[in-house]
Amino acid sequence: MELKVNGSWRETPELATLGSLLTHLGVTHQAVGVLQNGQVVAREAFDREPLHNRDELEIVRFVGGG
Amino acid sequence: MTDQERAGMVPGDMGPWSVGGQAFRSRLIVGTGKYATWDGMRDAIQASGTELVTVAVRRVNIDQPDEPSLLEYVPKGVTLLPNTAGAYTAEEAVLTARLARAAGLGSLVKLEVIGDAELLWPDPVATYEATRQLVDEGFTVMVYTTPDPVLARRLAEAGAAAVMPLGSPIGSGQGVLDVSAVALIKERVDVPVVVDAGIGSPADAALAIEAGADAVLINTAIAQAQHPVQMARAMRLAVDAAILGRAAGRMARRDRAVASSPNTGVVTVASPS
Repeated sequence: MELKVNGSWRETPELATLGSLLTHLGVTHQAVGVLQNGQVVAREAFDREPLHNRDELEIVRFVGGG
Repeated sequence: MTDQERAGMVPGDMGPWSVGGQAFRSRLIVGTGKYATWDGMRDAIQASGTELVTVAVRRVNIDQPDEPSLLEYVPKGVTLLPNTAGAYTAEEAVLTARLARAAGLGSLVKLEVIGDAELLWPDPVATYEATRQLVDEGFTVMVYTTPDPVLARRLAEAGAAAVMPLGSPIGSGQGVLDVSAVALIKERVDVPVVVDAGIGSPADAALAIEAGADAVLINTAIAQAQHPVQMARAMRLAVDAAILGRAAGRMARRDRAVASSPNTGVVTVASPS
């Protein structure tokens, strides 16, 4: 399927949920926040939130800042 | 008089301050940006004695998803305060705050909406709008703002949990350019006042506290010092000294000199005979 992740389009295998995408990308161990098509997804919902072809996702984490 | 009082501690006046119901003993909030190493950052946080550190929200590097997380280097027991740095509109700031909460950091947020990229000066209108929105959504909002007494009052009335006037531009190290504004703001709001941005030295931090600030937020002055751990400790001592000095009650300023030594019994020089 085709997904836009953090500004870039990429081809991925068919993935059912947001959680499976995070696992596929290797980012599940981090404290992350996810925006799916402009909507914030709660952490608890990662494993049940369905992914659709051409979804646009922002995956963020915490970095140093003032 | 208790032993503590005799030793110069003033317990009642050095008690905790609180934001949104959470109490903090340390009057120092520390940023986590711009450190040369993670270990150096952790050691500086520890040396500062802080209980509250700011973090920023940024995209995960998809090409390097397993790079070490900042969170592993923040000592246990220190509360994380996500900021909305990078936001230039109220909408961007609100979205960033929602993402931080969704990522599991709770409802505490440092709101920062910039209106001028060169000055990194807050946009007062967008800051006010975003404050109202975030308060409405149940956030505990600590608001980075201009040193404007009227805006500070309006932000507090809108539900800000703390107002954080800038001392001088972010990262400039120019100190607190308008110390009197800190006092004016403190007189006009019932929420904590935190001087944020521009503090360059321990003297700057002490000035802000002496002027009435409840706390100071420092990042660059510690992170970019030649010896960040020592500077973190110096800032801690400066803030503690200012809090203690404030509680002790400053002497009145006078226009003219008043002798500290007795005017009587002064030795006179005999004229040579």
